[in-house]
Formats: sequence, C-alpha cells, structure tokens
Amino acid sequence: MKATVHVFLKPGVLDVQGKAVEQALHGLGWPDVAHVRVGRTIEFELAAKDAATAEAEVKAMCDKLLANTVIESYRVEVA
Amino acid sequence: MKAAVIVFPGSNCDRDCKVAIERSTGAAVEMVWHAETELPKGLDLIVLPGGFSYGDYLRCGAMAALSPIMGEVKVAAGRGVATIGICNGFQVLCEAQMLPGALLRNEALKYVCKTVELEITNAQTRFTAGYAGRRQVAMTVGNGEGNFFTDPATLARLEGEGQVVFRYVDNPNGSTAAIAGIVNDAGNVLGLMPHPDRAFEAELGSADGAILFQSALASA
Repeated sequence: MKATVHVFLKPGVLDVQGKAVEQALHGLGWPDVAHVRVGRTIEFELAAKDAATAEAEVKAMCDKLLANTVIESYRVEVA
Repeated sequence: MKAAVIVFPGSNCDRDCKVAIERSTGAAVEMVWHAETELPKGLDLIVLPGGFSYGDYLRCGAMAALSPIMGEVKVAAGRGVATIGICNGFQVLCEAQMLPGALLRNEALKYVCKTVELEITNAQTRFTAGYAGRRQVAMTVGNGEGNFFTDPATLARLEGEGQVVFRYVDNPNGSTAAIAGIVNDAGNVLGLMPHPDRAFEAELGSADGAILFQSALASA
C-alpha cells in the first residue's frame, strides 16, 4: 500500500516560512493570497493487510518520528 | 570528575565542548560516538553538543534523538547524571522528550550569530549555583532554529516550577517568553541555545560559560 503523510505546523504555531512565502506572492502580484502554510509531504510504501491497519501503522509512525506533535499536526492518506 | 560528549554525525561543537569542559573544570572528557550502546562508567556529566546532527533531516534533532546511545543517555539522566544539551543538543533533548517544548525556525527567518546577554532566571539550579549573586551573563548564540516554543499550559508549569533557567535580555529569535534555557522537572537535564562552550575564557569575549560547567560538576 502507498502511504502519504502531510505534516504542517499546528494552527496556533507561527509558520514563518508560510508568512515569508505569502509576502513574496503579494509582491509578485497576488495580493489576495492569505493563510499560506508551508509543510512537508512524506510518501512511502508499506505492507499491510488492509487500509485501516495501514492507517493505524502510519499514525504510529507519525507520533514516533514523522511529526513532532508538540508543534505539528499530520494527515494520513493510504491507498 | 568524568564527562562524556556525545558525537552525532554532523555535530560540529563536540571538540569545542571537550576543550571547554577540560579547561574550565579539569574533568576527563570522553567522546562517545552516537552508535555506541554503552556510556563510559562513572560519568558525572553528559553533554550533547551543537551542530547539525544528521544534517537536520526531517527536523533538527529528530534523527539524533533516536540514535542508539540516546537510550543510555536517558537511563543515565533518569539516574540523576547532570546532562546538558547545547544548541542542537537542546533540540535533541526536546525531540527525545527529555525536555518539554520544541525549537522552531527563528521568527525573522535569519540565522542569528552574536553575543547575547542572558538573565539568570533561576540561580538555584545545579547548573547556575556557581554564578553566586550574579543575575546576568553573556554567551554567544548561533542558530537558525532556536525559537523555543511551548504551549501555554507547559509554559505556566515551567515558569511556576522555576524550570526557566536563562532568558534573553533582548530576544534574538522569537522564543516564547524569551526563554533561552530550561531544566527538566528533576533539575538535572539542562537545554540551552546559547553556547557556554564558546564562552569559557576571557579571550573568547566571555568566560561565563565556564561557570556553568563548573557548577554542573560541583553538584555531581
């Protein structure tokens, strides 16, 4: 199965990269752009008997390594 | 007195730490490679140095926190051995959940490298006892992700329990409550972004860092 993990800073945590990108987009002529967040995507394959099992495994990986839940939230997709 | 400096791939202040500890305290310092599964016996101090462990892959300190030696560091710290994480070492301690909070990218997105004045917020810790009546010290910082973050509940606990040890007089990176260094609730694990290892002789601009190492070992 293929897993895709999206990791972003939590809403309450200042995303300075997102802010800088937003300002750059404003400068390039897109003044309406708002709430830019910069995150990371991690893709990998894993063996699991079904999607629910895979999702549980991937969430455990997120809590242990892929995300720092003090500052980041994550979203998991398995297919 | 015996100290160990942990060396991760990408550490770059490991030798600075060794020299700083040797010259300021006279302790014997062993360098311990991250892949080791045992620490030297009879340690009084463990230091996690600054640098860019594992190239800051994933998150600063995230990979180093899972190094084989870190299991032993946790056990030793749990037994009460004084443990100091400096800069990247602080990030490693947070990622290893040996200290609360996390270090974010600096608010201004700039790498900050300069001398900073620090307020000694808690002079009663085993790391700051040697500063006697002094309330302010100078050390240098060199970090791009030194912006200490913690949620309001944890911050209230840190402040209430006297776990905030150092605070920037002029916050260089946007750290929550201008926090530069904290200790764990047991008081034997210190993480700080400023470098005592770059401030151990007057010739370096400040000798204030030497007192931190001396205090850590005097209390061992």
